[in-house]
Formats: sequence, C-alpha cells, structure tokens
Amino acid sequence: MHAGTAAEVIRGGRRVREIVVISGKGGTGKTSIVAAIAALAGEVVTADCDVDAADLHLLLDPKVLRKETFSGGKRASIDPVLCTGCGKCEELCRFGAVFRTSNPGGGQSGVSSDGPRTGVEVSGHAEYSIDGIACEGCGVCAYFCPAGAIAFEEVENGVWYISQTRYGPMVHAHLNAGEENSGKLVTVVRNHAKRIADERGIDTVLIDGSPGIGCPVIASITGADLVLAVTEPTMSGVHDLERVVRLTQHFGIEAMVAVNKADINSDITASIEEFVRREGLTLAGRIRYDGAVTEAQIRGRSIVEVSDGPTTRDVKRIWNQMRFYIEQEER
Amino acid sequence: MRIAIASGKGGTGKTTVAVNMAAVAARHREDVTYIDCDVEEPNGHIFFKPTVEKIETVMVPVPRVDDSKCTYCGECGYICQYKAIVSILNKVLTFPELCHGCGGCTLVCQDGAITEIPRAVGKVEIGSVHFSDETGLMNGKHLGMVQGVLDVKEAMPGPVIRRVKAYIPDSGLRIIDAPPGTSCPVVESVRGSDYVLLVTEPTPFGLHDLTIAVETVREMGLPMGVVINRADIGDDRVTRYCKSERITVLAEIPDDRRVAEVYSRGGIIVDAISWFAECMQGLLQRLSEEVAV
Repeated sequence: MHAGTAAEVIRGGRRVREIVVISGKGGTGKTSIVAAIAALAGEVVTADCDVDAADLHLLLDPKVLRKETFSGGKRASIDPVLCTGCGKCEELCRFGAVFRTSNPGGGQSGVSSDGPRTGVEVSGHAEYSIDGIACEGCGVCAYFCPAGAIAFEEVENGVWYISQTRYGPMVHAHLNAGEENSGKLVTVVRNHAKRIADERGIDTVLIDGSPGIGCPVIASITGADLVLAVTEPTMSGVHDLERVVRLTQHFGIEAMVAVNKADINSDITASIEEFVRREGLTLAGRIRYDGAVTEAQIRGRSIVEVSDGPTTRDVKRIWNQMRFYIEQEER
Repeated sequence: MRIAIASGKGGTGKTTVAVNMAAVAARHREDVTYIDCDVEEPNGHIFFKPTVEKIETVMVPVPRVDDSKCTYCGECGYICQYKAIVSILNKVLTFPELCHGCGGCTLVCQDGAITEIPRAVGKVEIGSVHFSDETGLMNGKHLGMVQGVLDVKEAMPGPVIRRVKAYIPDSGLRIIDAPPGTSCPVVESVRGSDYVLLVTEPTPFGLHDLTIAVETVREMGLPMGVVINRADIGDDRVTRYCKSERITVLAEIPDDRRVAEVYSRGGIIVDAISWFAECMQGLLQRLSEEVAV
C-alpha cells in the first residue's frame, strides 16, 4: 500500500504504522477494545487522542515520565483602563464574544450625567469585555482596536504526557474544560507517539480516537494506516458508522469494522455486515455483549487480562484479522 | 424551561433521555421542542422521524482573492490565526476548510483584493413530530424539532451549532441534546440553558468523564443535576462522588435489556415500556422543581 519514503529507506525500510480506533457514536467500546489490543499486541505505543474525555489511562495505569503544557492558540482580552468604549471590537467580532460591561452614560452622551466627578474616575463611555468561551481567537478585535487596548496572547489550554504502561509507552493529554483546538492537541499526541515508536524500534502506534466526525477525529485519522471503526447493532450505531465510513473514504484511509455487543440485535448486526461488504470494507468481526467488560473496567484492567471467556476470544480474533490485514498490505 | 442534556462520556444515554423526556412531555403540553446540537452525529431524528418543514444551509464566509488587485503585501496571512490564507512570494493561497470566517483578511486588505464567498459546511433542519400509537394516547400530539447536521469531512461544528440555536423558541419546554465531550461544541450547545442534566453511568469511565463535565458546567456557572443510567451495572462511586460534590441525582434508570432492544431498533421507549415512561415523567417533575428554585 505504501511506497517507502526516503526516511524509511534510510531506516532500513522499517516504518511505524498507525492504527486508529474510532466509532462515530460514543460508548460503543473504543477504549475497552484499544486496551485489549494493547494487551494482545506485545509492545505498542498507545496514544489517547480522545483528549476531551480521555479514559484509556484508567485501564493502562500509566506512570507519567514527562508532562508538558499545551497552547492551542491565542485569546483576546481588553484592558478596561485603555478601553475608550468606541465599540469597534463589538462591531467587528463575528462570534458574539464582545460584550458591554457598563454604560454609565446611559447611551446619551459621552459624559456621565451623575454630577461632579469624585475621586473615583467615572468613565463616561461604555466599556467592553471578551467572553473567553465565545472567543474564537481570530485576533481581529486586537488588530483593529484604535486604542491598542486589546491584548492577544497565547493561552495554556491543556497538558500532555509521555508515560510508561505495562504494554509500552503511552502518550496522552487533557484539554481544559470548554477549550477549542482539540485537533491541535491530537496532532501533538500523535506526533510524539510516532516519534517514540520510531526511536525505540516499536512498529505500531495504537490510537484511541474520540467520538464524532469533526476536528479531533479528522486530526486522529489523517495519514493513518488503518482505521478500526467500532459500532453497535442499533439504528444510531448504523447511522453514525455510515458517517465515519464516509469520512475515512474521503481521506482515503483503509477501514475495518467491528460490531460490539453484536448479540443485542442480530438482525441489525447482519445488516451492518452487509453494509460493510457493499462498501468494499473489511469485517474485523463481532464481539459479544459481556458484563465482564465492565467488571474488568472497575478493576482497572482490559477484558483479555481478566477473562478467557468468549468476549476475550472475540477480541483476539479481531486483532488477528487486523494483523493479517496489515501484513498483507505491507507485503 | 430550557434544559441541556450533556454527558462527557459518549454512549451513556443522552439521546435516550432527551428524546424520551420530550416525548413524555408532549403527551401533556403543546410547547415542547427537541433540539439536536450533536451535529457530528445527530441521532434524535432516528427516533422521532420528523417531518422537515424547512432546511437552512449553514454557510461560512471564506476569502476569495483577486490576483489582479493583490500586491502580495502578506497582511492577510499575518492576521489569519488558522493558516487559512497564506501569502508566499507572488502567490496567495487559501485553504477554505481551515477558515473560521472571522473576516480578518478582508478587513486588513488595503488593495480590496479579497472578497468573501459563502461556503456550505452543513445544514439545519426545522420540523415537527406528529405522534400516533396503537393506544391512541398520543394521536394528535406533536412537538417541534430542530437539528443540525455537519457535512462529513468538515472539522468545525461550531457554525452549525450556532445556527441551530438561532431556531430555539423563546418559551416552552426546550430540550437540547448536546454532543459528548467537554470541549467547545459542548459549551456552545449548553450556553444559554437554564439547567444542565448530565447523563452518566456507574463505571470508572462514566465517573471520570462526569467529573470533567461537572468542571465545565461549573465554569459556565449553570445549575446542574445528574441522571445515572444503567444504574445497577457498575459500582457506587458515581453516587458517592455526587454526594460529596453536593450534586443532585435526579433519576437512576435501571439496566433493562428490553430498553436496549427498543432503543436498538429506533423506538421511543416511553411508548413501549411503562416503567420507563413513569421514570421520565418523574425526571421532568424533579427538573421543573429544580429550575423553579
């Protein structure tokens, strides 16, 4: 599938492959499957790219070796002392992020009508402030503020970690509540995971993606070698699978599909498998519903570490299918 | 009363609660609207099968550069924070899919070389749901529905969510189905609500993601409560957490395979399972008490 790049040739043809587990719909079992595959795969680098609700660490128990802060962009803030209340920022902001904090003049004139001024400076004009949550960090207000009252600076909006787990290195992150630019943080996590794999001669990076099809998902899958789309046999699962499949097709990424909790509705499972065949994708397999997966999660373990039952066998079969597929593609 | 249903973790039952609460409410009142802000994967329509009355295409204004006027001063590339417009020597390149539509490049261009053209990124569908069931109980009942759909391959749900919100009525019971997670799309969906209902499950993943969702909602300064779905599948750490954080648990929904089956085929659970209908009715009652306080 991949022609070797110059860098690969230099490294003797060895290249790091990236496998991404996504789902569209949340709660289909991505993270549980990633942890199980990590346990089965021998040494891999795991990357938790679900940066706004990261859970993989709860199963892999990483020991943090390095912690770095992340800045995904800049934010505007208005200095109330310098603000003349001209309203240019409010006029130009397209995200509704500028709001009026006071209007002592009642909007009539530029001078306060509350009598003579006392020691406290009464500003005769409206003052403005930025709603940090609504601000998209475009910087237009700062650029055009005639008073130079708007600062536009890098903000810290998350952290990322390099850690060690019982199955190899792990790169993970935490995006602060309500922040933007999760895609940038995903890219940071992915790049470090790949670099570590490269340095340590580990051939696989296993990525836990986020639900949905937007920014963080796109950042997780672009340029990856294989996507495993995990779905469930519900109408919602089918609908959301179709959208992630379209996404992988748009970016030209190979995708396999696994149906989790397949026995909850075997008719829908069959129709998902039919869809997979029709789209020319590869079926990775079915996983049976098993309460033992939740029990394993409560113990901080993946299912394959605590059980030899049918679900463990299902996951093993899926991993074998994936390995077979990758080896064929790489030949 | 405007209620947002959020969760942190995906798949905990946000849509199940939002849809079924709306359906139960529609039995008794006229002014119920279900709003699907999970524009990356909107699922409410699967259950409601609404009649769509209006479709709005969501546009983001993106730059178009007139090469004959451009002097390659580079100011557009300087102001753009998203690398959506880049000036290299005698060439200006635009990357519309990265553009947030802030208008900065158009404003800074001294040569009048940049105009904005609309680019479609998704749609908003406005419609209604008309119920009819075997019992006749729901015949003639209806609710309003608004949903946003982000086009596949688009990265930014924000503009679609903002347009969805423009269609939220000013009054009545408005139930907003938010996306999973805690980042900007969730905040955008939840903003402006009277109350946030966080749906979780009693597992380590459910608890962990609940704690970050709580942090987000606190930062926004909104009142909130928790629904524990599949309440008997895990352990009691979510309950203990809510107690220690003084967060009200408004409902605990037991795990029932029949619920999963109705859900799996896209059915409305309150029409099929009476204990679930009572549970949703109780939840609505608790919510109205909470919001009234």
